[in-house]
Parts: sequence; C-alpha cells; structure tokens
Amino acid sequence: MKKMLNKANLYWLLFCVGGYALLMGLMSAGIIDAVNQTVIQTIIVNIILAISLNLIIGITGQFSLGHAGFMCVGAYSAGVMLKQIGGLNGFFIGILIGMVINAVLALIVAIPTLRLKGDYLAIATLGFGEIIRIIVLNMDITNGAAGLVLPRVVDFTILFVFMVVALLIVVNFTRSAAGRACISIREDEIASEAMGINTTKYKVIAFVIGALIASWAGALYAGNFYVINPGMFTYSKSIDILVIVVFGGMGSMTGSVISAVVLGFINSFLQSFSNMRMIIYGLALVMIMVFRPSGLLGTREFKFSSLFKRFTKKKEASQ
Amino acid sequence: MDSKNFFKLLTAGALSLTALAGCSNDGGGTTDEKVSIGLHYELKGDAADYGNAELRGSQLAIKLANENEDYQFTYEGIEYDNGSSENEAITISQRLISDGVVGVIGPSTSAPSAATYPILNDAQTIVVSPSATANNQTLVDPDDPNSDVYEYVYRVCFEDSYQGAAMAQFAVDTLGVQKVAVYGSVSSDYAKGLNTAFTEQLEKLGGQVVANESYQDGDTDFSAVLTSLASQEFDALYIPGYYNEAGLIIQQARELGIDCPIIGPDGFDANTLVELAGADNLNDVYFTTAYTTVDASEKLQAFIDAYTEEYGEAPAMFAALAFDATNLLIEAIEKAGTTDKATVNETIANMEFSGVTGDFTFDETHTPNKSVLVVELVDGVQETAVSVTPE
Amino acid sequence: MTVFFQQLINGLSLGSIYALIALGYTMVYGIIKLINFAHGDIYMLGAYFGFLAITYLHVGFFPAILISMALCAILGVVIERIAYKPLRNATRIAALITAIGVSYFLEAGTQQVMGTSVRAFPQVLNNQVFNIAGLRITEQQIYIFVTTIVLMLILQFIVKKTKIGRAMRAVSTDSDAARLMGINVDATISITFAIGSALAGAAGVLVGIYYSSINPLMGMLPGIKAFIAAVFGGIGIIPGAMFGGFFIGICEAIVSGYGGSLFKDAVVYIILIVILVIKPAGLLGKNVKEKV
Repeated sequence: MKKMLNKANLYWLLFCVGGYALLMGLMSAGIIDAVNQTVIQTIIVNIILAISLNLIIGITGQFSLGHAGFMCVGAYSAGVMLKQIGGLNGFFIGILIGMVINAVLALIVAIPTLRLKGDYLAIATLGFGEIIRIIVLNMDITNGAAGLVLPRVVDFTILFVFMVVALLIVVNFTRSAAGRACISIREDEIASEAMGINTTKYKVIAFVIGALIASWAGALYAGNFYVINPGMFTYSKSIDILVIVVFGGMGSMTGSVISAVVLGFINSFLQSFSNMRMIIYGLALVMIMVFRPSGLLGTREFKFSSLFKRFTKKKEASQ
Repeated sequence: MDSKNFFKLLTAGALSLTALAGCSNDGGGTTDEKVSIGLHYELKGDAADYGNAELRGSQLAIKLANENEDYQFTYEGIEYDNGSSENEAITISQRLISDGVVGVIGPSTSAPSAATYPILNDAQTIVVSPSATANNQTLVDPDDPNSDVYEYVYRVCFEDSYQGAAMAQFAVDTLGVQKVAVYGSVSSDYAKGLNTAFTEQLEKLGGQVVANESYQDGDTDFSAVLTSLASQEFDALYIPGYYNEAGLIIQQARELGIDCPIIGPDGFDANTLVELAGADNLNDVYFTTAYTTVDASEKLQAFIDAYTEEYGEAPAMFAALAFDATNLLIEAIEKAGTTDKATVNETIANMEFSGVTGDFTFDETHTPNKSVLVVELVDGVQETAVSVTPE
Repeated sequence: MTVFFQQLINGLSLGSIYALIALGYTMVYGIIKLINFAHGDIYMLGAYFGFLAITYLHVGFFPAILISMALCAILGVVIERIAYKPLRNATRIAALITAIGVSYFLEAGTQQVMGTSVRAFPQVLNNQVFNIAGLRITEQQIYIFVTTIVLMLILQFIVKKTKIGRAMRAVSTDSDAARLMGINVDATISITFAIGSALAGAAGVLVGIYYSSINPLMGMLPGIKAFIAAVFGGIGIIPGAMFGGFFIGICEAIVSGYGGSLFKDAVVYIILIVILVIKPAGLLGKNVKEKV
C-alpha cells in the first residue's frame, strides 16, 4: 500500500487549498462580482451533479435519466428540515435524511431496472425521476407546486468542501477495485461477468453512490438559492446534467469539471442576449456534438502523477 | 482535423456573437442623464406568455414617460430574460444591480420572484412586481404572516386570498350559488391560494365545494375530468387558473353540456380566453379583476389606445399591471426628484397612485388596497362590472 | 358505466395523437437507434404549419394536413442531414445530445418567430355531436381516429409491401449488410425521417383542431409520452406504437376521470417500468437473445 501523502496527493491538496484561497481572495476583494459569485455557486452544484452522474453513465456505462429525481429528494429533505429546524443544523440533518431516503430509493430503482440496457434503462429511470417529482408535487409538507422559500444558509466554503469531498469519493472509487469492476462492466458486461464480476452488485453500488452525491447537490442548491419547487426537477434537469457530462467527455471526471465551468460561463455570458439565448445554446450543442462527439476530454483525466512522468521524461530526454 | 474544425467553429461562433452583441440594445452602460429601470421578465420558458405581455406593458410605459415633457429624467429599460428559471433569476438580479438600476419591474411569476427579492432588497434596489400574487409574497418568510416585510419590495396586484374570497362572496350573494365544483390548477401557488381562499369564504357563507378537481398548467385535454364532473350536480364551476387552460376548460365544459355559471379569477382576463373558448361559450361567465374595459376611465382608454397602436392588439391584464408597475416607479422617481434609491423607496411607500388598474395606496405588507371588481362576460364581451368586498 | 365508456372515447382521441407521434419515433429508432428528442417539436411545428396554412392560405382540413405533412417531411430530412448524419458513427449518446440541441433550437426559434403566447387554432371542422347509446362522440373525434387509422394502414403498406419499405427493414436489421446489397442507406434513412416527420405533422394539425390551442412548448410532454408509447408496444414495431399510443391515451383518460388527474403521468410511468421489467422488448416485441 502506498503512502497516503505521496507527491501527487500532496499536490492535489495544495491545488484545492490554493484554489479555495484564490477564489476566496478574489471574492472578498470584489474582483469576482456578485454575478460571477452566483455563477460559481451554480457551477459547483453542477460539478457535483455531473461527477455523480458521470460515475453512473461514464464509468459504469448505465444510461440514467433520473438524476433530477435524486437531486429533488436531496433538495426537499434539506428544504423541509431548514423550515422545521432551521439554521445549519437543520440543513445538515436534512442532508442526512436525504441520503437515507435516496439510498433506499436508489436501491428500489436499481434492482429491477439495472437489468435493462441502454435506452430502455434511460427511459425507465426517466420514469422513476418523474414519479419522485410527482409525489413531491402532491405532498403537503413540500408545499406542492409552490415549493419552499428558504433562507440562505450555505456559503462558499461549505459548497467548496462538499465539492472536494464528492470529487475525492468519486475519483477514489473509480480507482478502487470496485471502480475497475465498474469500468469493465462499461466495456463489456458479458465478458466481465465471465471473469467472475458480480455485475449487478457493482452496478447497484455505483448507482447508489451517484444518487447519494446527487442528493448533496440538491441540498446545497436548496441551501444556497432561496427557492425550490418541483418544476425545477423535471427530466429536463436530468438532461441538463447529461449535457455537462457528455460535453466534458463520458468517463472523465476532469472533463465533467471543466465542462461544468465552461457551460456555466457560456450560459452566464448568453444572458445578455435575452432573446437569442436558447436559440444559440441549442445551436451550440448541435455544433459541439457534430464537431466533437466524444466530448472535450474523451475519457482522459488530468493527473499530477502523469504530469510528473512527462516532466521527468523530458528531463531524461534532455540529459 | 477534428480539433481544427472545432476551433474554426469556435471562431465562427465568437464572431456571430460579437455581431449579435452589436445589434442588441440591452447592453447596459448608462449615461448620467438616463435613469435605468430593470425589466426582469420570463421571456422564454414556461411562463414566457406572461413575461412577454408584461415586457410590452413596461416598454410602453417607458416610451410614454420619455415622451412626457413634464418629466425631468429620461428612462431606459434594461431587459433580461430569466427563462422562467429561479437560478437565472438570481444572476439577473445581480446583473441589474451592477448595471446600476434604480428599480426593477418583475418577475411575473412567484417562484423567480421569491428568488429575486432577498438579493434586490439587500442591495436596496426597489422592486415593483406586476403580478406576483402569492399570499405573503412580499414578506421575508412567506410562511409566517408576522415576519418582516421586504423594505424595498412592492406589488401592484392583489393577493390571491383577497380576490378568492371576493368571488365566493359574489357567488353566494349575487348568483345565489350553494354547491360549487372547483377545477383548479396545481402548478401555481396563485391558483392554489385562490382555491383555499375561495373555499374558506364559501363555507363561511354556508355554501359547499362538492367536487375538487385539479389540472396542471400546459394540459390540453380536460374532457376526462369534465365528463365525470358533468355527471354530478353543482350550481357553479370555479376555475382558479390562467386563461390558457381556463379557455379550453370552458370550451370543453360547455360542449359537454355543463351550462351553469363559470367563475374565475383575474387570470381569465385576456383575449386569448375568448379565442380559445369561443365567444359563444362565454356566457354566464364571471371573473374577479382589478382592471376592466367596462366604463373605462379616460386614463385606461388612453392606455388601451396607445397599446393597441403600438402592438396591434388589445392589452391583456398582465400588460396593464406591468404598465402600472413601471409607471409607479417612474412617477415616484419624478416625485422624489432624485434617483437616490432610499428616497424613492420612501416616496413609493407613502404614495397615492392612480393607475389603469385602479387607484391605490400600499398597506403595511406593500400590497395595494384595491377594490375587487367582478366582470360578467356576455358572448365573450365584458358587459358589467360590480365592486365586491368580502365580508 | 356510460361514464366509463365515455372516458374510453376521450382516451381513444388522445391516444390517436400519441400513436401518430409514436409511429415516427419508432421508425427513426428502429432504423438508427436514436431517441429523436426533437420529434415532439416537429409535431409542434406541424401544428404551426397547419395554423399558418389555414390562417393565411384559407385552406380546409385536408389541404392543411397535407401541407403540414409535406413541410414537416422536408424539415425532418433537413434536420437529419445537418444534425444527425455527421454523427452516424459517433456514440449514440452524442447523437442524443444533438437531438436535444435541435429540440432546444426549434422551441426557442418558434418562440422567437411566432411569439410565446398560446394561439387559438382556427376551426375548420364543424363540431357536430353524435349521441350513440348515451355516449357523446364529436365529429372531430371521428376525424382524428379515422385519419390515424388510415395513416397507419398506409404506413404499414409502405413498410411491408414496397421496395423502399423493404430497404428500410433491411437497413434497420443490419445497415452494413444492406449497403453491401446495394441499398442506398443514407437515402433510406432520409426517407424514414421524412415519413416519421410527416406523421408528426399530421398529429400536430389534428391536435390543433381537437384542442384548438397551440403553443411553442406543446411538443415536450407528448414527445416523451409518445416515446413511452413506442417502448411500451415494442420499439421498431408499427402496430406496437399504435397500440402503445392508444393504451396510454386511455390510461390517462381513465385515471383523470376517476379523480387521479395529478397522478396520471405517474401511472403512465409506473406501467412503463412494469412492462419494461417484465417484458423488456415491449408488449408486442420479440425477446431477442443476446449473442455473446
């Protein structure tokens, strides 16, 4: 077993702390204005959503369109607890409740439907997501279609910490034995079954982890953006998340992060073209896919360790 | 090869965006003499229908204000589309703040409004909402009627509970109705608020709701529910919701032989209702509103004429409310004689405003004290209007 | 009991619309395995083409439906050529995102050009009501039902009996083998899109006439429902799409008619999931054993 604090991990730690300090500094100095702060908050929520969906779609190869449903559960658990208990305590209790509900729901969804493949799985999970939303829409405690108006309890630090933790979990999972099993399922389910991998088990594990992390994203959204209502969690939301994942490159977590950032700023930039915005966005999606169908990064990842390797190789070559 | 194409594409995209930027007129950047007003509407997405009508009302108000020689400032509307999304509504509010607007008109619907108010209020930027009717919408915590009111947030429409109760009063007193079937939308808090208030008042007056059915905004097929309603007995059908669905419900209800009075809220008030339902079906139809073309005042007639001339169609209620909301802000700025937001805010709070949707002052929740009118439609034309106060 | 049969009639009319859209979905999916998310928007544009034809050219029901079908067919082919053809060899998920992009573009573009408000569709059919054994059937309902059945029969004839239909089936089974046999695969795919889009156009006009209300976002939900209908009946199978459409229409009508209007979509999804889990190839589909 390698040491926890090897060179690459140390650099990652520095990178995170440095990134946090830089963003924090720029924000408090007012160089990043309120608009861009909100854009960054949205991007962080989207990164969490994208990597959790990427784990299901990109790593394990299970095409799910029900992610908005899991986000919805997370958002409402946190929202209701914020209303009932209030403050950060309520928020964190809400997150826990959301995770419990989501774990149960994900199991209920996963065990029958993960037998399905490709588009059939997509349409079945879409159905589940919508069922969750319709239930929330018809409940009293969620205040129906009107949704909940909430105080803002989450700040940039909490958002950032959750994002880093989510990234850590997902990236480490993909590199673990279970993650390798998931990747082998993506590449060839029958062959991996023949190799003795319990495919159902690993598919369910990936699905549940994805659902749990999606519930964080929902909770953070609820704690940060004042209003939640069922109309936000339709299948179009699942599609929006899917777009981030595919645009970044399926299976690449770095890609998901970059793509969430790029799309977040493109969207913010397009706000100035009030009327043409959605038209341009639609065209852009088509063109990006036509010219770059495997997404920005494909399945490549950015790694400090490979950066070192390249660096040392160059050194060796020059010597 | 692939990546080359991709960069070509990016360049082409960037070029076309620059070209677009050249012709868009909402870029921001205000000069000293111009006063900026933010127009924060749902121009695309689910609620686009209402947002666009309100945008036209606001634009007309700004245009007329700039033609008014008595006014000392020139006004400029800075338009943004929040795409009916709460998240976008937040960034747009922040954009408007950094664009240096004195006040914001909008958003049209309750959910984006709730996301907008805390931000604009914190930045001490005035909001005048044309149509955020939800109960307690102007309070910091809408679930707690005793919570603080947003100091800088006003609305020119009435609260849902008020007109819902007024309709129940009218139904019992004037129409002599006892049993009512309610077929309401569940997609908006507007409709839900109306439904609750109506039912409460009706029961207080000894009537009862015998059937309570619901639809979702965007539905077009109501025949299944109406078929089952047609087999029940009731004296009136109450449809809390907007004209897009109400028009179709009325048409399908009349075709299925439901010929009792049909009653509704101010969401009925649009030409689209007549187009969808068909004029023949719009008899014995009543709705509550603040705004009627029956015995139109001089001011209202002038607005209707100006609007019709500008856009080639008669204004709907949303346009009228937005026209009032925008004028309210403009008049307050003129009256205060300054663009200092705190001074203008104080002026609004104490203002007696006379607009096309009625004369009013604000109560302590920054909601107008307007009288509710009940308008009767005969062959799709507004025939009579009576004032109703719920007891 | 009369109420129940009345609900069946309501459901059949709604189901006809779903069936027509589902036919287009099923054909496109059958041939290039693409969930064409923009299909619902072609249906929406079909309604607008019909609206424009009736309002400005003052034509009647049949010319309007033919004009709309022709324009939608052209549009379908143009979209296929520009947006989907370059992605023929890319992953299916990339093609799916492209379809979503097209869908956004068509919706926002229509909102821009035609305005965002709901339009009242001009009434070109007089709406006579027939009372048969206590049941109300309107002339419009008969038109919708008959048009749907006729279009499906024509489609079934094209697919089963003509040369182009044989080409379609060949491409859908194995496009490489079809190419080797001298079939022009690209042309066949274009024709499939043309026919599917034309059917969506017809559905658009019918829905405009039936509900007398059209708007730029009207295609979103029926699009998804129609896809579910296609999956339900067994995707790629024409009578299956038809059957799925009617079934979902009737389900919705009965659920709303008995007080569950808020859960009608949920019921549809639950039925879908149950069908998929029990019989993944759809009700009329054959279970294909996967080869290793």
